[in-house]
Amino acid sequence: MSEEVTFRVFRGVGDAHGEALGKMVDYTVEMDEGMVVLDVIHRIQAEHAPDLSCRWNCKAGKCGSCSAEVNGMPRLMCMTRMEDIMEETPEGEPITVKPMQAFPITKDLVTDISWAYEMNKKMVPVNGPEELDWEFKQEEADRIQEFRACIECMLCVNTCHVLREHQKFDEFAGPRFFVRLAGLEMHPLDTENRIPEIKEDFGLGYCNITKCCTEVCPAGINITDNAIIPLKERVVTEYYDPIAMIARKLGLKT
Amino acid sequence: MRYDISEESYTTHEHDVVIIGAGGAGLRAAIAASQEGASVALVCKSMLGKAHTVMAEGGAAAALANKDPRDSWKVHFRDTMKGGKYLNDWRMAKIHAQQAPDRIRELETWGAVFDRTPKGLTSQRNFGGHTYPRLAHIGDATGLELIRTLQEKGVHMGMDVFMEFTVRRLFTNNGEVTGCFAYDRNDGSLHLFKAKSIVLATGGITRCWAVCSGSWEYTGEGHALAYWAGAEIGDMEFVQFHPTGMIWPPSVKGILVTEGVRGEGGMLTNSEGQRFMFDYIPEMYADEFADTEKEALEWVDEVISGKLATKRRPPELLTRDVVAKAINSERDAGRASEHGGAYLDISWRTPEDVKKKLPGMYHQFKELAAVDITTTKMEVGPTAHYVMGGVKVHPETQESTVIGLYAAGEAATGLHGANRLGGNSLSDLIVFGKIAGEHAAARAEKIDSFTEIPDEEIADVISETLAPFGREGGENPASVVEDLREMMQEKVGIIRTGTLLNEALSDLDELEKRASITSPGGSRIYNPGWHQALELGAMIDVSRMCALAALQREESRGGHTRDDFPESDHKHWGKVNSVITQGKDGSMEIEHTSYPAIDEELKALLDADDLDQEGE
Repeated sequence: MSEEVTFRVFRGVGDAHGEALGKMVDYTVEMDEGMVVLDVIHRIQAEHAPDLSCRWNCKAGKCGSCSAEVNGMPRLMCMTRMEDIMEETPEGEPITVKPMQAFPITKDLVTDISWAYEMNKKMVPVNGPEELDWEFKQEEADRIQEFRACIECMLCVNTCHVLREHQKFDEFAGPRFFVRLAGLEMHPLDTENRIPEIKEDFGLGYCNITKCCTEVCPAGINITDNAIIPLKERVVTEYYDPIAMIARKLGLKT
Repeated sequence: MRYDISEESYTTHEHDVVIIGAGGAGLRAAIAASQEGASVALVCKSMLGKAHTVMAEGGAAAALANKDPRDSWKVHFRDTMKGGKYLNDWRMAKIHAQQAPDRIRELETWGAVFDRTPKGLTSQRNFGGHTYPRLAHIGDATGLELIRTLQEKGVHMGMDVFMEFTVRRLFTNNGEVTGCFAYDRNDGSLHLFKAKSIVLATGGITRCWAVCSGSWEYTGEGHALAYWAGAEIGDMEFVQFHPTGMIWPPSVKGILVTEGVRGEGGMLTNSEGQRFMFDYIPEMYADEFADTEKEALEWVDEVISGKLATKRRPPELLTRDVVAKAINSERDAGRASEHGGAYLDISWRTPEDVKKKLPGMYHQFKELAAVDITTTKMEVGPTAHYVMGGVKVHPETQESTVIGLYAAGEAATGLHGANRLGGNSLSDLIVFGKIAGEHAAARAEKIDSFTEIPDEEIADVISETLAPFGREGGENPASVVEDLREMMQEKVGIIRTGTLLNEALSDLDELEKRASITSPGGSRIYNPGWHQALELGAMIDVSRMCALAALQREESRGGHTRDDFPESDHKHWGKVNSVITQGKDGSMEIEHTSYPAIDEELKALLDADDLDQEGE
């Protein structure tokens, strides 16, 4: 049996600084069994607003395009079931859908995430043997394959208070890129020493491990525990461990 | 009303090589062209890293022989030709089988982290139609690994990336490509790209069907752009319906369920609990597949325990065309699952194994269908997944019949014949993406200056691009798109007839009229309605190509099944491929041609029994 649902969606553009210029607009459509939030947005486009802007691609949680804030929570619209949303929304209230708030707004639900592409260019690529046949064990792969599951939806970046509230986009790489750096740093055949730049250029110290990023990760990556904390430990070992410092002075590898 | 273009400005860019599309093939081509020293523009419809390749699950096929030393490029070549029902360009099948292993190894040196064998090499999994375990993979997210690795390599190569740009037209001069015209989704601005070579890496067309595994991008613009520019388009009747898409709840219908499930021992059953695939083993595969459940189970036991298989494979691992049609037949015989498909069961394996080897499937079913696949059967059914047809290319350069225009990946045809083997798509992208990029760069190097593009041609494409804003009171383009997809599903689907295909062609004429008067409204900034109004042109032409080629082919073979011609006709149709071009008057023309005769040495690798049947 179908029922009606009302979405209150941000409609508007960004000003020269990407600040929102617009208003929340209500749309009511019919809902079918098993729908996700993105299905409702598509139905609004088909029935009421062909020009309603939103990004999406795979509709299966694999590409990380349809990030938005639904009822104030950062989520992938394609993996958020209406059944769950109806349950959490008070009776008679509309469901709010807004673009990610940490990024400049382009239009409606679309934001400008070019920062992420600029940051990506700063990551030094993996640096291993010249030969084509790389050998390493599954146990070594396990550690970094978790990080390879990142779909670059930027929900973690959107949630991180260092970026969202304090806008430290120039000094801090953010959770997505610490996941990337952890994957490189822990690669069994990578020979780069990335710790100095992780500390200095990418500002790892700003993170005070509130774990907000981990909570919103749709790929289920333990960002804080498995990526950020081990990187912090490596920074400590490199810079503040007295035994390691003596060893380094003696020319021993740490 | 014609939109007033006298006030319209556009930005001009100049690059040696323009690559359209940033999935696996486009990125690999861009890396290759950059390595050759060309200045490269990578123009893509979505954000970088979001292209369709990201959705690929099961793996990339390459005869690394890490899991089974009996494998070699020769067996891979033989499997590919057999799976394609011998309509493949054998020269491409050879190049692909020979070069795929190095392309996979190379990805690891660029940072890809595939699952490992106990010895620490790239692991490989079993897949439909592949004789040995052959697919390099990472769980069931191999496409993500592939695209991310290429993206991470590519951004350090100095190429210019134009994200969320849609190409509207290619320009040619005396049969040579000279550039293309695009619009930027973010602000609606217009862009002219002058180029010495262009590579089409635009993927496929399956968004033209109501039930499909494709994203919004899969509207066939690459196929259409090449056709409009005068290139030959081949094999468009061959569309792969993947046997296992999700079918319930309705909103997820079509989303892919990886063939990896069957590669890991997944069993297909009907409403009566029978493993029905034993009843659908084609003659040509009879020797290679288990004919009892006992033998099939023994094969699975061998494979899971890491032994070399000595038993024959379960029939669930037959090629996709066979499995899709079997599920369809079971439904028609009244033995469908609850929601009209079949059951796929992997729950007999341990929950740990399922979560490790198929983590994406576990989450997809849990979150979208509230089904725990470690304890419960999945429900699956066919979904439009891939088009074997595409731009006809030279096998060694990937150049189309338009000089300087190259195509690679799903946008090109040749490698897969009448049916693609699972896993051959990802390896196709990296093998032929590289070749296309290299040859595009080599051609650019020989050309001194960019060719001027006439003002009136630019004015014409601007006018056409902005036309939807000049129309008022017309339909929402979304409703025309929806009707087109429903029509294609019904009339150019898995099972076709001459009557339905003729109807489809006249329906397309009607849809074309409706498409020409849609009015999306709104502004030029990130307007999906405007975009849909524009992409309808490509969707209608590629749908027409499929219907026309399918109507002509009066037999059944691979991804083309005619209810009125259910048998394969090896004498005639088994030897010819369809070729579509745009006639001088703008109408669609079709003829049939053959590839050159296969080398004797390669012929000896093929199945002698099959060739007998083909009348060789």
